[in-house]
Amino acid sequence: MKRFVFVSLLAALSSLSPARGGEVDISANLEAQVRAFWQTPAWVGQDDSALQPSIISTTEIRWYNDAGNQRAAFIPHLRWDATDTERNLVDLKEAYWAFEGDDYEVLIGANTVFWGVTESVHLVDIVNQTDLAGDIDGEDKLGQPMVSLVLQRDWGEITAFVLPYFRERTFAGADGGFRPPVPVDTDNALYESSSKERHVDFALRYSHYIGDIDVGLSAFSGTSREPRLVPAADGTSLLPLYDQIDQFGVDLQYTKDAWLWKLEAIARDGATESFAAAVGGVEYTMYQVAESSADVGLLLEYQYDGRSELEPLTIADNDVFVATRLAFNDVQDTAVLAGVSYDTDTGETFFNIEAERRFGDDWFGELRVRAFSGAEPGDNTYFLAKDDYVQISLARYF
Amino acid sequence: MKQISIKMRDFVWPAVAAMLLVSFAENAHANSDIERGFEIAARSDRTDLGFGDSEVELTMVLRNAAGQESSRSLKITTLEKPDESVGDKSLVVFDTPRDIEGTALLSHAKILDPDDQWLYLPALKRVKRISSANKSGPFVGSEFAFEDFTAIELNKFDYAYVREEQCGEFICDVVERTPRYENSGYTKQVSWVDQTDFQLRKVEFYDRRGDLLKVLELTDYRNYDGVWRAHKLSMSNVQTNKQTDLIYGDYTFNTGLAANDFVKGRLSRLR
Repeated sequence: MKRFVFVSLLAALSSLSPARGGEVDISANLEAQVRAFWQTPAWVGQDDSALQPSIISTTEIRWYNDAGNQRAAFIPHLRWDATDTERNLVDLKEAYWAFEGDDYEVLIGANTVFWGVTESVHLVDIVNQTDLAGDIDGEDKLGQPMVSLVLQRDWGEITAFVLPYFRERTFAGADGGFRPPVPVDTDNALYESSSKERHVDFALRYSHYIGDIDVGLSAFSGTSREPRLVPAADGTSLLPLYDQIDQFGVDLQYTKDAWLWKLEAIARDGATESFAAAVGGVEYTMYQVAESSADVGLLLEYQYDGRSELEPLTIADNDVFVATRLAFNDVQDTAVLAGVSYDTDTGETFFNIEAERRFGDDWFGELRVRAFSGAEPGDNTYFLAKDDYVQISLARYF
Repeated sequence: MKQISIKMRDFVWPAVAAMLLVSFAENAHANSDIERGFEIAARSDRTDLGFGDSEVELTMVLRNAAGQESSRSLKITTLEKPDESVGDKSLVVFDTPRDIEGTALLSHAKILDPDDQWLYLPALKRVKRISSANKSGPFVGSEFAFEDFTAIELNKFDYAYVREEQCGEFICDVVERTPRYENSGYTKQVSWVDQTDFQLRKVEFYDRRGDLLKVLELTDYRNYDGVWRAHKLSMSNVQTNKQTDLIYGDYTFNTGLAANDFVKGRLSRLR
């Protein structure tokens, strides 16, 4: 598939006469990342070294024609992990060609799209597969092969997606952290559809705003991006099982003064049942606190999920998320996000601190601290109980 | 008692009448200052009426009190809304620093209501509607506040003429302007508008305590078929001694931009 995308991209590029020129923009970054664990791993086979180093690189090659109505992108994303080979990754985040008319756009190739408004979970966002081995926060995504058509009208924007190839979710391997007692065997994924990863999925999105309200409506039919995990016959691993689902989503944001009111809700006809899930809350920002340049944001969200245990696992089923975002608004763009997710049924708690700043013009550093507590055997996050970690990364941009 | 009160009345009435006359005269004088201030601002604002749309690349140089510099490069596209009761639409896209390359801010300026603003975060490919209540906050760590950077609309301010004085090679009208919109960080701004080309040459910004906070100097004006644009804007914070310069490249006008180029959905399709 990657080869297909690449070849079609080259074909698209080469079909343009070189005389038309255009502009090529190349940039790249190289990131060194180290995770430090201070607890003994919980499960047999997990590497017990305290440090897990990895190297990540992203190269962006973008092309625009002179007329400004065509563009192409080629963005390979590579990751090498010293401990866990399942974290190694070769991905094309973007590899597309797009043609833009006055009120429409056609895009062919791999791309990443984001839908939604909330911060603690992204229920509505479904087009791209999650690179869970990359980061357990679910915000790392894999490029999705697609043909998309955008229609821009006075009454909003409609986007139709045909998704001809499915990307499997990445999971940590046997050596890595953040895994169940037996590892997930990503080499033997199961599918409900006999077309497996070649099942053609469809998605539709409407997006607009009316005054202070931004609204998004979405529909998806195809292979679930979230797999169920079923035990392999020999009991030594879990196999991802990707079911066919239909999902409708709505996302709303009301922006008033320094308040952002947010809601995302989905209804899914899932693997075994139909269920609904929602996340809603508020983000309030105090600007220039104590006569400094810094802003302090307060975030509160509640997560509900009506799915049963037969559906893919979620940890955001009846949780309260409280966080603060500190933006210093300095030259280095120093920012800190610190938050807690608390499961009101089980008392499971997830602590998350993310701090970042620029160094000089070309370096960017990030610190993450994540800890889990309160989970009992049988709770959804129990398998993460020994996976508390600190992550430091330093990236050089070119 | 009675005698005294009669005497008082004899004295009071003429005094009241005289005071009233003086205050009418002052009012008339104040009114004429307000009208004159507005006229000067309007004449300046209208010198670029009908520019249509524009595109410009610029470098932002931030300098701290110790003289350390860092820079950002960005591109600003603007779509004019000729109706003075509706604000312009603008799009700011960052090229450097590299870690925020592609970050974009779309603004639909309003006159007195808060602007509609969306931020595009390229790492997540996420479009986020943001609060525009943060008028007085620093724009990307610079000495320019959001309110200095988004389109300056004529009717966002009340005006009062102050005086006329030499400013560099020009004679300038000095006009005080007071923000009419909410959440401004300024109690007033004092602006210098030249009498030759009617362009803004200098602005002093007074903070919420009424103290001088920043001074903006606009230089290197160039004329594009009758439309003037300053190509260097220097904002100096007199309280912190920090400074931010905006150094503009050549403007391109009438590039064929339309309303569809300034919709939120376009943010994720820019690159």
